[in-house]
Amino acid sequence: MNDCWRTIRFNVNGESRSLNVPPMKRLLDVLREDLRLTGTKEGCGEGECGSCSVRMNGELVNSCLVPVLQAEGACVQTVEGLAINGELHPLQEAFLARGGAQCGICTPGMLMAATQLLAQNPHPSMAEIREGLAGNLCRCTGFIRIFDSVIAAAAKSTAVDEKQAPHAR
Amino acid sequence: MRGNPEAHGMVAPGTLSGVLQLISAEPGEWTPIAGGTELMVAHAAGSLGAQKLVSLWGIPDLRFVETRSHTIVVGAGATFRDLRAHAGIASQLPLLAKASSWIGSIANQSRATIGGNLVNGSPAADSSPALLVYDAEIELVSLRGSRCIPYSSFHTGYKRNAIAADELVSAVHLPLRFAHHRQYLRKVGTRRAMAISKVALAATALLDNGAIKEIRLAAASLAPFPTRLSQTEAALLGKTVTPDTIQSAREALLAEATPIDDIRSTGAYRKHVAANLLEEFLRQLSSEESQQ
Repeated sequence: MNDCWRTIRFNVNGESRSLNVPPMKRLLDVLREDLRLTGTKEGCGEGECGSCSVRMNGELVNSCLVPVLQAEGACVQTVEGLAINGELHPLQEAFLARGGAQCGICTPGMLMAATQLLAQNPHPSMAEIREGLAGNLCRCTGFIRIFDSVIAAAAKSTAVDEKQAPHAR
Repeated sequence: MRGNPEAHGMVAPGTLSGVLQLISAEPGEWTPIAGGTELMVAHAAGSLGAQKLVSLWGIPDLRFVETRSHTIVVGAGATFRDLRAHAGIASQLPLLAKASSWIGSIANQSRATIGGNLVNGSPAADSSPALLVYDAEIELVSLRGSRCIPYSSFHTGYKRNAIAADELVSAVHLPLRFAHHRQYLRKVGTRRAMAISKVALAATALLDNGAIKEIRLAAASLAPFPTRLSQTEAALLGKTVTPDTIQSAREALLAEATPIDDIRSTGAYRKHVAANLLEEFLRQLSSEESQQ
């Protein structure tokens, strides 16, 4: 074991993890290789395509550009953390129902970017959806069905809000 | 060829003083890394030369935006998301808010810092033209103390700057005296999102009875580093905006701009478009003036 390796502790999808890794190893590779969370995909590997998007401390990041040392103590959410007890997240359901996923390489990143967007802005306009997903490239489905999926998921959460708290808005 | 993470050591002292002690003990040996949106790209390509990296991420003394009586001070570790979220920047320094919204994607803006943007020193840096026309000052800190220099003298050549080997950029100071200036910023790139600019132009100006009393013009991608267009400014100072003034300002810009041909554009296109942006700004100035 190399003496430059470091023990990194962080929380991934609600679980505390501790690993011995090179500090410059990309968060993407730690997730995929060390933690076997292969839902996060590598596309360009240089922060342009968004395939490797995860949430870190409530912010969207490209995990290919995060040296794992900088994730020390962080809370990381990957696509595996969206479904709860086997029940799909409303965004995942919407992507399935509306054809928002095709080959699937961009989908985990799209879902994480959309999760970030809806967490900060539950009822985004089309312009805001386009901006929120501008860093995520899809080369097969096209973007319209993806945008439609986000709109449907936002509408569904509005319906849930109203059902649960009809006077809250 | 992909970079090997084991080829690079990295430490995270967690405090500004810890980082300064490290870089002071071995000046030039340590490469600071903030959000990694530049250095990790080089690492991915296997072209990151730095062997010893010191992390600036998560250091509270570097990540802040503070409104003082006559300035807004932005910590070098503030991200472009931080800048976009700050109400004072949105209302008093709108060009900086706009530039921050152009930098890459949301994921890039969550990690990219203003200090990193400046130290990286790209001629196309998105935040630079706005900082130049707002007369920003850069605060540099070391164990020897701190000093402020005008941002206009920070870049000294292509990817070269005025930082000493034991110094860090700690903050950007922005004077709040542009509320009554006319302000302009436009970037021309391949697409609206994610694209590095082919050319960008920023301007602040103050008119007095129709004559240009103050003007600052700054451009990205017209020179080896982001820079003020001082000869074009001189061609406009004291003048009223007429077709002749616009023509002579265009000529001054074409004479002082030294853009290059590269994968994003050609020098000739960059000059022509920069002159068009200047003309757009000047026409806006004259039409706003005539409406008053």
